[in-house]
Amino acid sequence: MNLDDVQRIAHLSRLELSQAEAEAVLPQLQAIFSLVEEMQAVDTTGLEPLAHPILFLRDLAQPLRADQVTESNHRAENMKSAPAEHEGYFLVPRVIE
Amino acid sequence: MSWHNTPISLMAQALAAKEVSSTELTQYFLNRIEAGKQWNAYLDVNAHLSLEQSSKADQLISSGKSGKLTGIPVAHKDVFVTRGWKSTAASKILAGYQSPFDATVVSNLGIPDESNPNGAGMVCLGKTNMDEFAMGSSNENSAYGPVLNPWNAAYVAGGSSGGSAAAVAAGLAPIATGTDTGGSIRQPAAFCGLTGIKPSYGRVSRYGMIAYASSLDQAGPMGKSAEDCALLLSAMSSHDPRDSTSLADSGEDYARYLNQSWQAGNTNPAKPLEGLRIGLPKEFFAEGLAVEVAKSVNEAAKTLESLGAKLIEVSLPKTKLSIPVYYVLAPAEASSNLSRFDGVRYGLRANEYKDLGDMYQKSRTEGFGAEVKRRIMIGTYVLCHGYYDAYYLQAQKIRRIIAADFQAAFKACDVILGPVAPDVAWRLGEKSKDPVQMYLEDIYTLSTNLAGLPAMSTPCGFNANNLPIGMQLIGNYFSEARLLQVAHQYQQATDWHLRQASGVA
Repeated sequence: MNLDDVQRIAHLSRLELSQAEAEAVLPQLQAIFSLVEEMQAVDTTGLEPLAHPILFLRDLAQPLRADQVTESNHRAENMKSAPAEHEGYFLVPRVIE
Repeated sequence: MSWHNTPISLMAQALAAKEVSSTELTQYFLNRIEAGKQWNAYLDVNAHLSLEQSSKADQLISSGKSGKLTGIPVAHKDVFVTRGWKSTAASKILAGYQSPFDATVVSNLGIPDESNPNGAGMVCLGKTNMDEFAMGSSNENSAYGPVLNPWNAAYVAGGSSGGSAAAVAAGLAPIATGTDTGGSIRQPAAFCGLTGIKPSYGRVSRYGMIAYASSLDQAGPMGKSAEDCALLLSAMSSHDPRDSTSLADSGEDYARYLNQSWQAGNTNPAKPLEGLRIGLPKEFFAEGLAVEVAKSVNEAAKTLESLGAKLIEVSLPKTKLSIPVYYVLAPAEASSNLSRFDGVRYGLRANEYKDLGDMYQKSRTEGFGAEVKRRIMIGTYVLCHGYYDAYYLQAQKIRRIIAADFQAAFKACDVILGPVAPDVAWRLGEKSKDPVQMYLEDIYTLSTNLAGLPAMSTPCGFNANNLPIGMQLIGNYFSEARLLQVAHQYQQATDWHLRQASGVA
């Protein structure tokens, strides 16, 4: 992993790193990934990945519910923490010219 | 009356006998919170809201509609969203956030209302400090400053549920909720001399719990005894149709075995644990474990043996690998969960930006702390095309081995005993510069989250600097009531859990 990788991951993560920040985080990520490399020594041939622990015990059926309206209108409460709002809509910078 | 030293079971009796009102209890703890600000245990306290709830609780009690926990105050980790109190997960990106709804845990414990007629009637004291988005082992990653350990203010309280731990240890709450993704209930409980339990994955609803790593996150109680934790867990746990991983068979009386002997029919009061096989994993007592911690946990094992239990050596061969597996899977899930923070619908939005993409990027850059950014980047990297198989899938495959290793161990024993952490609480700032050093501290707690098993922490001694030491009990799936039984029997024979920090009046 090098500085270009760090900037590429930061961009994919929608984070900005200054050159100094990228230089500081690089050795940290390198140390973490050298720890992670220890996994490569394990023979996992033929094993299924375990995505969540209950799947180790039993198959889980996708829980479904009846397609019914259960909620009333909470628009005013939901908009309370919006950074920018206009008449019940979230405002964002113009995306279509 | 020093209510902060009173178990919640006795508080419930005092409330039922009208020796004290919920409002008096609530005011008592609000006064202590005001006087105990130096620990930085709380992020939001609102006396008006708490007293509004306590007056409703008093009405329930006087009208005979109260349950076991009605009127008892509780503090909630700030990872649970609450109506009224701000919900920030200790992040700047959620500063001031007002949730339009309560987490299921909050409404299960709270005053009954139209959204949850079965609420337990407890009174919320406020929201406790934590590591930002529960990412950390020392509570130093909070955007609102670290929590100090009530046993010694120069030391960390542990993390990520450090605020809940310090609040209970300093007597600023009788009991609190926490969450545990890789040890975040058990380790701060151990560092602050408390009892805490992380139940099996799926026992407690994750609805309204701000998500970190969804396949690992699980909520549980943090209190002063196994009995208090059993009472709170019974009220927290329920089947919740709004959480797709909530188990249909959740919700039971976790206190039902507390005062029973391990084997039905055993009437020898000196040997209540006769028949119990306790496994000690040799990997949990290997290199890296502090001498004083090893000594205390071994003494606890001897105590359990004197109560009738049989000690057996077992092996969990992949213990060390749980660290890289966890630090691939948890960041991968976090990078996905935290993509919702973009400055559009809620949370912080940067003041200046060129366009929509720049707004996302600047808002996230300003809003997230250093550890959260690191984990988002690790997660993004391991999910990248070309690395996904080598990192993410390989970690999930080893996760299956780790879960299978526990099942092999449970063929020989009923409960596993070991330390919670390699050492006691460390000094503030001592490990914060080196993330890997901090990650290594999680070695004994991560594997149970990966396997989804229940595990708990209970006090078992002190080191030479008078800092608490915790031991960990791990059980098989859905054996919480049995774990709590073993811990309760241990607590009947010892008094570590009753010790008070000397700096706490």
